[in-house]
Amino acid sequence: MSVALQTFELCKNFGGITATDHVDFSLAKGARHALIGPNGAGKTTFVNQLTGVLKPSSGRIALMGEDITRLSREARVKRGLARTFQINQLFGSMTPLEMIALVTSERLGRGSRPFRALDLDAELVGQTAEILTRFRLDDMMDRTIATLPYGKQRQIEIAAAFAARPTVLLLDEPAAGVPEAERRELMQTVAELPDDVSVLLIEHDMDLVFRFATRITVLVNGRVLAEGTPEEMARDPAVRAAYLGESAHV
Amino acid sequence: MSAESFEARVRQALYAGRRWHPVEIGFWILAFAAFLLFPRHLLLLNEITILALFALSLDLILGYAGIVSLGHAAFLGMGAYAAGIFAKYVTGDPLAGLFVGMAAAGLLGLLTSPLVLRGSDLTRLMVTLGVALILYELANSFGSLTGGADGLQGVMMKPVLGQFEFDIFGRTAYLYSLSVLFLLFLIARRVVHSPFGLSLRAVRDNPLRASASGVPNGRRLAAAYTLAAAYAGAAGALLAQTTQFVSLDVLDFHRSADLMLVLIIGGAGYLYGGLVGAIAFKLLQDAISSFTPQYWMFWIGLFLVLFVLGGREIIHGAVKTVAGRFARFGRGGAR
Repeated sequence: MSVALQTFELCKNFGGITATDHVDFSLAKGARHALIGPNGAGKTTFVNQLTGVLKPSSGRIALMGEDITRLSREARVKRGLARTFQINQLFGSMTPLEMIALVTSERLGRGSRPFRALDLDAELVGQTAEILTRFRLDDMMDRTIATLPYGKQRQIEIAAAFAARPTVLLLDEPAAGVPEAERRELMQTVAELPDDVSVLLIEHDMDLVFRFATRITVLVNGRVLAEGTPEEMARDPAVRAAYLGESAHV
Repeated sequence: MSAESFEARVRQALYAGRRWHPVEIGFWILAFAAFLLFPRHLLLLNEITILALFALSLDLILGYAGIVSLGHAAFLGMGAYAAGIFAKYVTGDPLAGLFVGMAAAGLLGLLTSPLVLRGSDLTRLMVTLGVALILYELANSFGSLTGGADGLQGVMMKPVLGQFEFDIFGRTAYLYSLSVLFLLFLIARRVVHSPFGLSLRAVRDNPLRASASGVPNGRRLAAAYTLAAAYAGAAGALLAQTTQFVSLDVLDFHRSADLMLVLIIGGAGYLYGGLVGAIAFKLLQDAISSFTPQYWMFWIGLFLVLFVLGGREIIHGAVKTVAGRFARFGRGGAR
């Protein structure tokens, strides 16, 4: 199987602390891959390097075979690498409609056009409508994002990342903090992502991980401890000891 | 619901943002009608118009792009001196001078944008303030060109479009300034409702998510800063042309500070804040200074303190309620 996203000997040091320690990781095309690990294992630091929020201390990152280690955040998005954030990063004063229109407009290369009207752009309108429908945001597209329930805001996080039409989508704890009642809809959204998008899920919730992922990488202290299918990981004694611990429920 | 009818709803909702509200149309009719309604106050109206354009410029960067500035007078002064010197040494044609003023200020905006774009709000306040101070001292030192502390004398203007002579009552001045304001307002209105304008709001709301959505934050902010600088330059050019004089006062700190007050009074981020604020500020200044010419700053200061401490919510709340009624009346429009 061919590779969508790959890291080679990726390292990140903060002063004396090694947050990412020689990580060789690869995400297959069309994968449903989960990255798990205890708190402080360096999961978010790893994702932040993949997306360009942090610069790695050493090592390389390749997207579809192209070296993207030194590219800006927005250049990586243009090449098909999108993400959601563990803590909501939304445009609070906008409506879901405006936020999705913004992402779509940037993807279509409209963002630098100062005299074009949004509503007269048929392509933009069509693709924005499609995303709003797919993520079930159509009946609240006109409300200010900051006033929407938390579960819906998490939904918008994913919708906004997906609107960039990524080949690789990184979901950083999409269900974090979502109340039980709204969780089901969110998990369904994640399950319904199209097969041609390679998805890397960073998650604490083992329920979601084992339901979603066909492959799991375990990160501990910035290192890859183990990698394999969910069954292998559930059996692996090192993983059980380091991460799943006593409370493992599989 | 079919996909097509939902697309129509999306189109409609996107259109609602840029639809002309009846109140807006009324506002502009009134602005032009003021020429006939207040024939003795045209000089004051001209001052208001120029301040409104200057405030519109600050609103573009503060209200839409979220860039704070305490040195916006740098661009007003640049536009004023460029237009004044151009009129004195090249030609007195107002439109050519207006273009030169805008271009000079825009260029200054483009060159200083890398300084302003890095850092926090506090850094930006200091950097913008610093640039304005530098410009002030430059204008002061290059007296042979700018007239220094005596001001730039001998600015002679030709008639606007070769037809309309400037007069002492401010008739041509007001209509000329108002036409320029209206035209630039139309352009600004179009820009803020464009994909580019949407991306500015994205950067203002959340720079991290903006870049994660493919927005090149720095480039967009630089473009907005340059555009706003050109607008401030236009205000400066109008000031130089309609008063046929430029003094160091155009670069003074109080210009930048007053401008903040104007936007605080009018509210930022909906384009009319600067215009409404300019009207309120100038009328207040005019009214207070007519009965207590020496102490008007005291009253302005007192008003400001009370306004910011509580009056603002009351006034803006009342305006919003009224606008909301109108909006429901005309279905959509004001957000």
